[in-house]
Amino acid sequence: MVARFATPLVLLVLIVGVFFAVDSSFILRVAALVFIYGLAAIGLNILVGDCGQVSLGHAGFLGIGAYATAVLPAQTGLHPLLAMVVGVVAAGLLALLVGRPVLRLRGHALAVATLGLGILVAMVITNEAWLTGGPDGMRVERLTLFGWRVRGADNWYWITAGVLLLGALVACSIKASPTGRALRAVHDSEVAAMVAGIDVARYKTLAFVISAVYAGVAGGLLALYDGFVTPDVAGFLNSIELITMVVLGGMGSVLGAVVGATILTALPQLLTAFSEYEHMVLGLIMMVVMIVLRAGIVPSLLALVGRGGRA
Amino acid sequence: MKHLLLTAVAAIGLTMPAAAQDPIKIGAVLSATGPASFLGEPEKKTLEIYVDKINEAGGVLGRPLELIVYDSAGNANDARTFATRLVEDDEIVAMVGGSTTGTTMAMAPIFDDYEIPFISLAGAVVIIDPVQPYLFKTPHTDRMACEKIFEDIQQRGMSKVGLISGTGGFGKSMREQCLDVAGNYGIEIVADESYGPKDSDMTPQLTNIKNTDGLEVIVNPGFGQGPAIVTRNVKQLGIELPFYQSHGVASKSFIDLAGDAAEGVRLPASALLVADILPADDPQRDVVVSYKSTYEDATGEDVSTFGGHAYDGLMILVGAIERAGSDDPVAIRDAIEETSGFMGTAGVVNMSPDDHMGLDLTAFRMLEIRDGEWTLVE
Repeated sequence: MVARFATPLVLLVLIVGVFFAVDSSFILRVAALVFIYGLAAIGLNILVGDCGQVSLGHAGFLGIGAYATAVLPAQTGLHPLLAMVVGVVAAGLLALLVGRPVLRLRGHALAVATLGLGILVAMVITNEAWLTGGPDGMRVERLTLFGWRVRGADNWYWITAGVLLLGALVACSIKASPTGRALRAVHDSEVAAMVAGIDVARYKTLAFVISAVYAGVAGGLLALYDGFVTPDVAGFLNSIELITMVVLGGMGSVLGAVVGATILTALPQLLTAFSEYEHMVLGLIMMVVMIVLRAGIVPSLLALVGRGGRA
Repeated sequence: MKHLLLTAVAAIGLTMPAAAQDPIKIGAVLSATGPASFLGEPEKKTLEIYVDKINEAGGVLGRPLELIVYDSAGNANDARTFATRLVEDDEIVAMVGGSTTGTTMAMAPIFDDYEIPFISLAGAVVIIDPVQPYLFKTPHTDRMACEKIFEDIQQRGMSKVGLISGTGGFGKSMREQCLDVAGNYGIEIVADESYGPKDSDMTPQLTNIKNTDGLEVIVNPGFGQGPAIVTRNVKQLGIELPFYQSHGVASKSFIDLAGDAAEGVRLPASALLVADILPADDPQRDVVVSYKSTYEDATGEDVSTFGGHAYDGLMILVGAIERAGSDDPVAIRDAIEETSGFMGTAGVVNMSPDDHMGLDLTAFRMLEIRDGEWTLVE
């Protein structure tokens, strides 16, 4: 029980603390982006950290969530929130469709398949300009809830923070459940897991679908928040950033995923003064973390404090 | 903490001599690195060079300009974050830049919300059509490039056009605009082929075009190395028809890449490209020669039309601030909209409430490549 609520509680304290510590809506905006990417990273961490599978095209699911939220209201007049739900379901179904056959194979089959999938989604978004606006992107209808037009950095801060907390709570519950134990067993040894009666392919697919749903939600939120989407969101670089967030923050740690997302989203803002060297500094930080804190920032630090690495 | 700092800054400010006036803050979010850096880099250098020059000459309204530049690397999401930062933290009064259409459209709602004028340096027509109150732009649109090409074709007494366009953002957008305006010039598109951004041979598409009945002229909307390959392929296939490129290849590197095959190719481009050969009585001559020499002296690099867009944007803004007589963003916006007779590197700018670009077709020059050099057609 403690494990299930500890991480969301820490997050809640941080979220409330940051809100009252800053008085700039620019910082609130960056924080909201951190929450959105943190959500996607938490989802991806269930697949990568817990289940031990790699997805190199996860931004594709982000793109599906984002573009469903953008395209459906424009084409059919659907409410943006419903459109986002459709996008999330579509992301989950696509993951199921791709994951089921691929995840029966061993090794890095999923990494290769998702690499292709991500690039495909980005290409479709770029090329179907009549629907998606092509490389220049498209506008997203602003979100209105019961006649209230959602705007302003502080409102979005709380909305994205709420969704992040919910996502963290669900992720922690999964970890504490038999499903979570089964996923970790698959990660440790597929053969041993099979011997213990775990349907390996089924659990891998489950983890993949869950992570795609998280990414879909994050994509939809990003579209609603920005009011504008471009194909970058589904791009390969974005996929790599998501994986980096997970590995940097700490594989298998919910808090780690959020820490990773914070570093990759907020650091470029701190480094604007030397934007020419931004990528160099980011790369350097990653190398140092990987050498010194091998398990990722949060698990390594927790181990250092001596509490054992299960946050 | 922040208030403490502000108080400290204010205290220092009081003890300083009156000459050091509050700067007028203008912002820029440019794609200075990444895939669109060929746009953002000259834009950034141009803004920095000219802000320094203006400050050396005494600033604007007796106050120095302060330029705050962020690099979006072409990413729309980052651009939006930086735009928020410019209006919230840096408290700018006006904005120049947005190198690409994607970043411009992503940032536009923020400046609209905060009522701060935004002069974009990106090409597509969606930026100014429909007109948004706080959004302006300086470059020609791809639609105008098509119109200029078709106008020239019409004058030469031809009408049957074969299109071969790149599938990148630029080529695709221009192709649509060309199809849209063709009718206005009595142009009939008899063939419509396309190629991918990384294709290295376009002879199959060109063979299709070549075999089309009644074909009189070929037009290639595209960008980057694709058009140079198309130009070479046209020569290799022995196609002798008139051949038009777009303003997207208006740089010396196109002639270098296409080599002999570029001979006789026509394209619409800004006067900046032919600054050296403009006749002495050309009204645009002074502006483009001065910008070209300033930029080339300061950077040691060849001038590009993209840097010119940044020059135009900055000068329109400075003119507007002077006419408004204040740094109030809404007053500046109104003054930008009243810009008339401004001579920039892109041509004469006459803005109005219905036209937030203010350029007409005379802003484009029709060029022809002769002996590896640009020559004026008119």
